[in-house]
Amino acid sequence: MTISGWFAAIFPLNTLGHYIHWHIIQISVANLIVIVLMIITFVVALFAPFPGRKRRKENR
Amino acid sequence: MSTTEIDRQWTTRLRKRVAGKLPPEKLLPDTQPSYVSSWIYVFGVTTMAALGVVIASGCLLAIRGPQWWHTSSVGHFVNSLHLWSVEIFFFAMVIHLWGKYFMAAWRGGRALTWMTGVITFLTSVAAAFTGYVSQSNFDSQWISTQAKDGINATGAGAFWNVLNMGQMLMWHIVLLPLAAIVLTGLHVLLVRIKGVVPPFEERKEVVATFDERKEVAS
Repeated sequence: MTISGWFAAIFPLNTLGHYIHWHIIQISVANLIVIVLMIITFVVALFAPFPGRKRRKENR
Repeated sequence: MSTTEIDRQWTTRLRKRVAGKLPPEKLLPDTQPSYVSSWIYVFGVTTMAALGVVIASGCLLAIRGPQWWHTSSVGHFVNSLHLWSVEIFFFAMVIHLWGKYFMAAWRGGRALTWMTGVITFLTSVAAAFTGYVSQSNFDSQWISTQAKDGINATGAGAFWNVLNMGQMLMWHIVLLPLAAIVLTGLHVLLVRIKGVVPPFEERKEVVATFDERKEVAS
């Protein structure tokens, strides 16, 4: 099986989309995953140490 | 020509105004304030880098056309490159937006910088939408027929017909990218003129204890 074949087996895109339905909110799982990833990236960006920051502070 | 006449020329006045507002060391600075050393400041430039890939891959798609991007393997690759650079573009732009919102980045006379960012975001949403309806496949047909009622309900359908493939494609490859590039350029120039917004100052006043407040009240 080719790499794209493996990829297609793990993430089948030729099927119907999966949706989460809660009261008036309906969202696809794919969109929800992207939003969760954005929130995680945002939080990591706030707290992850930036390379060279300590050195710059010492030079000041 | 006398010096006074030269000074009155619009080119002289414009040059002096631009040089005054945006000297070369401000336009292309070699250092930034220490508070910019944070990952949260990376997402603006990530958005611009993604926009560069979106434009470049879009130009490649325009050269060869739909037959190519639907049928050949290289066409599929460039088509995917276009899609995924758009995904990264929006991903980074939304995080940039959140970061700037919580920094209240419109402070210190930066309202125009904020507003150009807002308009760029809305323009990009329209550019992405017209891209989805210009794919020339069943997906684009489905999206356009689903969207037409919503667009018509706003009244925009009178001159902006989402079922008109030619109109949507022209908006997607000419008008909206042009607007997005011009607005992004303006946004970056405004950032360079005003500088990156500094963090909030620490509150200096000490919150009084309950006993101290009671003492003041009596």
